Amino acid sequence: MAEIRIGALGDIPRGEGRVFRAGDLEVAVFRTEQNEVYATAPRCPHRGGPLADGLVGGDTVVCPLHDRVFDLKTGCGVSHDALKIATYPIRLSERGDLWLDSAAVPEPRAA
Amino acid sequence: MAKKRRLVVVGNGMAGARAVEEVLARGGAEQFEITMFGDEPHGNYNRILLSGLLGGSQSRDDITMNPFSWYEENEIKLYAGESVVDLDRLAKVVVSDKGTKLHYDTLLIATGSRAFIPPIKGIFAGEGELKVGVFGYRSVADTEAMIAHAKRAKAAVTIGGGLLGLEAARGLKMLGLESHVVHLSGHLMNVQLDANAGAMLKTAIEAMGIQVHLGKATSEVHGAESVTGLSFKDGANIECDMVVVSAGIRPNSELGIRGGLTVERAIVVDDHMRSVDDPDIYVVGECAQHRGRVYGLVAPLYDMGKVFAEHVTGRDDRAAYHGSKLATKLKVSGVDVASMGLTEPEEERDEVVQFMEPRKGSYKKLIVRDGRLVGAILMGDISKASYLIQAFDRESPLPDERLSLLFDLGGPSPKVTFDEMPAQTQICNCNGVSKGAIAAAVAGGCKTPKAVMGATRGGMGCGACKSAITELVAWLAGGATEEDPSVHYYVPTIPMTKPELVAAVKAKGLKSVSAVFSELGGGVEDPVAKPALASMLATVWPGEFEDERGARFINDRVHANIQKDGTFSVVPEIAGGICTPDELKRIADVAIKYAVPLVKLTGGQRIDLVGVPKDQLPGVWSDLGFKAGYAWGKSYRTCKSCIGIDYCRFGLGDSMGFAQRIEQRFRGIESPAKLKLATAGCPRNCSEAYVKDVGFVAVGEGRWEIYVGGAAGAHVRKGDLLATVGSEDEAMRLGGRYMQFYRENAKWKERTYTFNERIGVERIRAVVVEDAEGIAADLDAAMQASIDAAYDPWLEATAPRTPNQFASVLEAKEE
Repeated sequence: MAEIRIGALGDIPRGEGRVFRAGDLEVAVFRTEQNEVYATAPRCPHRGGPLADGLVGGDTVVCPLHDRVFDLKTGCGVSHDALKIATYPIRLSERGDLWLDSAAVPEPRAA
Repeated sequence: MAKKRRLVVVGNGMAGARAVEEVLARGGAEQFEITMFGDEPHGNYNRILLSGLLGGSQSRDDITMNPFSWYEENEIKLYAGESVVDLDRLAKVVVSDKGTKLHYDTLLIATGSRAFIPPIKGIFAGEGELKVGVFGYRSVADTEAMIAHAKRAKAAVTIGGGLLGLEAARGLKMLGLESHVVHLSGHLMNVQLDANAGAMLKTAIEAMGIQVHLGKATSEVHGAESVTGLSFKDGANIECDMVVVSAGIRPNSELGIRGGLTVERAIVVDDHMRSVDDPDIYVVGECAQHRGRVYGLVAPLYDMGKVFAEHVTGRDDRAAYHGSKLATKLKVSGVDVASMGLTEPEEERDEVVQFMEPRKGSYKKLIVRDGRLVGAILMGDISKASYLIQAFDRESPLPDERLSLLFDLGGPSPKVTFDEMPAQTQICNCNGVSKGAIAAAVAGGCKTPKAVMGATRGGMGCGACKSAITELVAWLAGGATEEDPSVHYYVPTIPMTKPELVAAVKAKGLKSVSAVFSELGGGVEDPVAKPALASMLATVWPGEFEDERGARFINDRVHANIQKDGTFSVVPEIAGGICTPDELKRIADVAIKYAVPLVKLTGGQRIDLVGVPKDQLPGVWSDLGFKAGYAWGKSYRTCKSCIGIDYCRFGLGDSMGFAQRIEQRFRGIESPAKLKLATAGCPRNCSEAYVKDVGFVAVGEGRWEIYVGGAAGAHVRKGDLLATVGSEDEAMRLGGRYMQFYRENAKWKERTYTFNERIGVERIRAVVVEDAEGIAADLDAAMQASIDAAYDPWLEATAPRTPNQFASVLEAKEE
């Protein structure tokens, strides 16, 4: 397991998401109102919308472009069950650091 | 488990069978052992389609609604071909003509009605028996006997020029007979039509080769063994060898009389469809008399069946039938007709709106009372029927533009009816949802328009197709749609309308979205509801609202409009569309410095810098040195203007100056949906003020007309004239008051054009102009408080409100 520290809880406002980059890796990280954190692929599989800019409620995120809703725990589409996003293991340390299991994140495809 | 109660249903027609279906749909098979009696030897069939059977276009199978297998599958014991002739309420027993005796716990009487045979000399052969060649027209047996007799007949006369009579005459004509219709009244279908429409219908019927005789009372049926002709009170005669009587119906109330129930025109029931004399006996259909009325159309029968089922199964012991307003849409011998309510004005204040084109067979007549529809007749082109039936049924206020009630003005291509619309026709253009997809959702069990929209995403885009989807769902479900109370909720997870929610929020002092969720929403955090609640709270608590940015759509977090590639558009404020050459240069310099991909003039007379990445927004704003143009949110957007009085040779008022003052006053005001305004210096309307949410039009001598609720987007609507006032200040005040009334009462994302139609422009005028509800001062004060609390969000360029507010990507860094 290759854990990397990608940032701190304080980098993300409550109830929002931000995109983090470590080398070639890009992930969207969400902080819920309950201070739980989730990491997912950054783009919506529908039309590539920036999920980190979406509305977060409970454990779901709503893509800002066309309102596709995803479960942050499983990545499953809530509004459209044919759609799915990748989710990655992320850990919040006691001192508030965000640790991502980078081995679980695939290399970005060549353009 | 408790023993099942015995439900005995007398009558196996459209009312009885439907009532049983409704009981089964509510799990009634668990509660009841069901027995049905029907005096016809078949399962339930669609009586409305008898004309198809007569004319030969449909078979008996085609019109069957409940085949015998249906009764078996639902474990219903059916006595077909047995009529119940006696009722002993004391013993709770019914007795059939074949001697069957059955105990009931609950009895449903749905015996319907029979053809009324007027006592004309020579019409009967013996005791209750019609002369050979004379027929009632009511059942499959009647129809089959008519077909058999028609084979050896030459000329047929139908007595009665109502709907059923005309259908019979047409069927007989199609069977090759010489066909006549004799009608007592001066025009055909006099219950549903006025004299004009009746005359046009007569022309259409005669064109089919049917002879129509009006104002004729039949005095005698000739013939010793069988019919040879008719004579009339005016002395005229017709030779014929077949007579069909279609002179109205009489309720079959005999069982009620036998059982000692109160019978007037039919068996008298209460609002639960229960006999007024016996709590164990229900009556539905044409044999029931409710609040003095007896109904003969199918829609009321079905409504009664629902109330009965709700009540008898105990699902809702307050279920009540309140009577039906009668509206019908039908094809009379191939002619489309819709009719509702009155056929002629009854009171002096009744207003008649009429259009007639006899050559094309097109006729439209509306009767309007106090701005509401109380009657209508449509013939030929009935494309507006659904809309009018709805307006009639709900008594909703009609638009001032009466012409739009008769025709679709300047709208998109003429409406096709749902049955001729191909399945692939796209209904929702935003989300690409076809008629077929909606039909599949309805077939899959979605009973409410909202459920269909949730399942298909249709109507979830711009929302312009919502009413079309609602109509389509109603059509597909054949009237079996359910009212979903949550359509009235402001947000789905909190069961309150907007006024209720506003009151609760004020009473509890809730100033943030999270507080509303935890206090009123049971802790359920619905992401989609967040922006709706934030907007409402900003309106309720100007200056005090706790703006949690996580509850805001991305546009309102970064004060720019997100584009399809995740970049943003930046629109600086250019009040009234006027800027200085220096300002123009600054915009150009910024566009060059940041290599902005697209510079575009907007429809609101401003300049849009499109394609700016999120992390460049603060730099772009700082370099521009403009105020925010609010081109991204549900808020006051802009006020466009024409050139006005200073240069234009037609100008009657200072539209440019007024537009600038409007923008400076209302900038940054949040609202349920966007507000686009305009001022026009004269009625030539170059700035399109007639089709804005609020539009001001100068009409000379310092006077301004104020139009509200206009639209020129996916929906096109001319605004309603709110008032004509004598000064700019007054126009500003009333315009602002209207916007505040809208802000406080509109649903989330409800544009002013929908709001005006929902509330009614009369009420809006009463509140805003005449202060009829005494709230004008409160509205003005609330608007002023919002104006005082408004601020320029682009100042966040140097003072961000949240961590990494404008970051596109955060680089991971070692500690």
